[in-house]
Amino acid sequence: MGCGLGKSKQQMQKCDKVNLSVPASIAIRAAVLIQRWYRRYVARLEIRRRCTWNIFQSIEYAGQQDQIKLYNFFVFLMQHFTPASSERNLISHIFHDDPRHGAQLETFHCYESIEVSNSYTGPRLTFPLTFCGVSKLVETFKHRQKLHARYVLQLLGETAKLLRILANINHVSTSYTKEITICGDLHGHLEDLLLIFYKNGLPSGEKPYVFNGDFVDRGKNSLEILLILFGFLLVYPHDVHLNRGNHEDHIVNLRYGFTKEVLGKYRVHGKKILKLLKKIFCWLPLATVIDHKVLVVHGGISDATDLDTIARVDRHKYVSALRPPSRTKIKNRSDVTADGPVTRRRRVCSLTHDRCVPPQRYELQCRSLQNLPTSSWTEEEEMRRRGVTGAEPRWSYSDLDPDVHDWKQIVDMLWSDPMPQNGCIHNEVRGGGCYWGPDVTEEVLGRHGLQLLIRSHECKQDGYEFCHNRRVLTIFSASNYYEVGSNRGAYIKLGPDLVPHVVQYQASQTCRELSLRQSVGWTERSALQALREQLFVHTSHLIAAFQEFDPNHTGMVSLRDWASATESVLKLGLPWRVLRPQLVSSTCSGMVDYQQWIRELTITKPNLEISDTSILETMYKNHSNLETIFRIIDTDHSGSISLEEFRQTWKLLCSHIQTEISDDAIDDLAKCIDFNKDGSIDINEFMEAFRLVDLSTGPKVTE
Amino acid sequence: MAEGIQRADISASDVHSLHKRVKDAFQAFDYEMNNTVDVREITTIIYSLGCFPSQKDIHEFIAELEEDHTGSVHLDKFLPVMTNVLMEHKFPSIPEDVLIQAFEVLDKDSKGYLDSEEMVELMTKEGESFTQDEMTEMLMALADHERRIYYKDIICQLTFDQEI
Repeated sequence: MGCGLGKSKQQMQKCDKVNLSVPASIAIRAAVLIQRWYRRYVARLEIRRRCTWNIFQSIEYAGQQDQIKLYNFFVFLMQHFTPASSERNLISHIFHDDPRHGAQLETFHCYESIEVSNSYTGPRLTFPLTFCGVSKLVETFKHRQKLHARYVLQLLGETAKLLRILANINHVSTSYTKEITICGDLHGHLEDLLLIFYKNGLPSGEKPYVFNGDFVDRGKNSLEILLILFGFLLVYPHDVHLNRGNHEDHIVNLRYGFTKEVLGKYRVHGKKILKLLKKIFCWLPLATVIDHKVLVVHGGISDATDLDTIARVDRHKYVSALRPPSRTKIKNRSDVTADGPVTRRRRVCSLTHDRCVPPQRYELQCRSLQNLPTSSWTEEEEMRRRGVTGAEPRWSYSDLDPDVHDWKQIVDMLWSDPMPQNGCIHNEVRGGGCYWGPDVTEEVLGRHGLQLLIRSHECKQDGYEFCHNRRVLTIFSASNYYEVGSNRGAYIKLGPDLVPHVVQYQASQTCRELSLRQSVGWTERSALQALREQLFVHTSHLIAAFQEFDPNHTGMVSLRDWASATESVLKLGLPWRVLRPQLVSSTCSGMVDYQQWIRELTITKPNLEISDTSILETMYKNHSNLETIFRIIDTDHSGSISLEEFRQTWKLLCSHIQTEISDDAIDDLAKCIDFNKDGSIDINEFMEAFRLVDLSTGPKVTE
Repeated sequence: MAEGIQRADISASDVHSLHKRVKDAFQAFDYEMNNTVDVREITTIIYSLGCFPSQKDIHEFIAELEEDHTGSVHLDKFLPVMTNVLMEHKFPSIPEDVLIQAFEVLDKDSKGYLDSEEMVELMTKEGESFTQDEMTEMLMALADHERRIYYKDIICQLTFDQEI
């Protein structure tokens, strides 16, 4: 390179500008080197960002699948144990709805008995709620203050009364040249909601909003978000529209943090609040249609989606979208145990996986929630996961009981995801709903005379994403969802022309934009920590897998073998070789000392002296399930369970994961975990013990 | 496959490892999981594999791959070409000290740093110019609070370990 001797005048002038005392040619060469080096650096950051993203998503979806499996297990128990069985008693209450309407009215007025002391400095709401009241509420939460339980219950009671008279599908119009704002998942990120209100204005008669579900779980301010949204709903019932998401579900909340949040913030009245919320969630509308042309729904659609059916269902019957309607009990099973369903299931078993479905028979009608074996996500399987190599066809809905048919429509609306290929297949990744293709979009939109589908449910790096020839738009409003800097949030403005305009943002605690390096760095650190935890809980399987590649017991395996072994155990479909430098600190001439590496994945163990350490590993591996079961068993939401209940929990878990653990080992464990020896176990204390700390790098980097 | 140009001292297992590396990098951008990536991501992929091509090199590389102007590149075409590039070290990276020399050349007063204004002039007007976005990002990432870029420090901070 270089300019050569005959420099043009222009170049001479350029050199003067920069005031170089070296020949321009050399300066230009230097500049080029720097540019190239910098671009390469940015490209490598981009790869890291993508990897990090994949890590978070695969762990997240694996967790959801886990949740649904656990739930299916409860369903199974309910149907196969005799009424006298103690395990059944532990969990039966989550399947019971309150049958009497009278009881509901009681619940709505339970706030009356709660007194507010003079020392309370928060807002004292009056009802009917006014704009002043709800603005005060926003201000209160902005300043991190709490609303008194009395007003929480009163507000929720009023909300429940209003929701009951709303239709399943909100119909909205953009007449009077009104623009409608549509927001996606918020997941307890109050900062993002406040940012949206700041940028876009508060909801009002002039500023209608649609909130598309998943207001709660994961973030720390789920309750505040709900109260604000319900507050605006009460003040502007014709201009604020809420759609139910898959997280507006008390069963899901047990696992993903909302239940814990409420009980933590309202120790005395939390239980009442949760009971009321359970009712409220099932009364939330299921979808919104704008100008008869745009459908807004949380998850998506399936090839069987029919809005007339959805409009007719008794939506409040589906307290948890995971639970099939109560009519489909054992006696109905005989209707569906004809050749069709059973044969199909067996075929799936042999087509795709070595591990077969366990011998117990799970409820068959709910096809989308069948306990299909987990996919092992090798490259080939990933294709199949997305239905590329033609997985089994969907069942015909007309084969099923009408109640079940309705229920499946609802599950599909709340849990489905779009896929690039044509067709409609079971959503194995999440465990519920389906994957639907562009052909299904065209068919369903066409059949209903619609032109656009707006949905949420999936986190997107830019906060939004078009697909299916721009006929489907995903909108996600929780920025920094996985970690600070992981993604932006966005909302949609829709005017009478029905052309969506997307507005993006990113909530930032330090009020400063992060550079690419910083945002990738933070997110990556967090993802890698999550990944290390996953690796840790599979320690013994990993060692076994490595030893298969190391028959001579040298203690070393090649990098390639390291990657294969790790993937075969974890089944997350991640590019292990690309991640290797971040996970394995040193290698010698292309070999990994795996024993050393496993030791490096150290954690602080809780102060438990347990003779059987494999039980500890099982505990770590299943701690989310364990926590969910705990919270279900803790019926009075006191935060602690008795030793006996703990033993029963453990046995339940063991039968779910099909592991044998002796009664002695369980007793041992129970005694150790009762830290203060008072005969009961504090759930939060116990779960704290599961925070893993990587000793090799010091204390965990928290946000 | 690139077997014909294979050097004698590269074993089959090395080739296999290279293939795996290339595939992993490729698949990070294969959003539809059908072994194709958008052609605009090719640059990122090449860089991430440790190569240091010029803009011209990249254009030639892409021209070779994208003959049907669909805007996407399939793994089957990319794999052999990229593997070949890696085996022949076609676009070798520059060692740190050469990079430091490049900075020193531009730092005429040997201050040990370059001002943001100087960087902007150089990067956006000379050589393979930066876009506005690239420039903003670089300054945000590398300049300190006095808007200076202490080049020796940043090179140490931001060096990646080489893949074997």
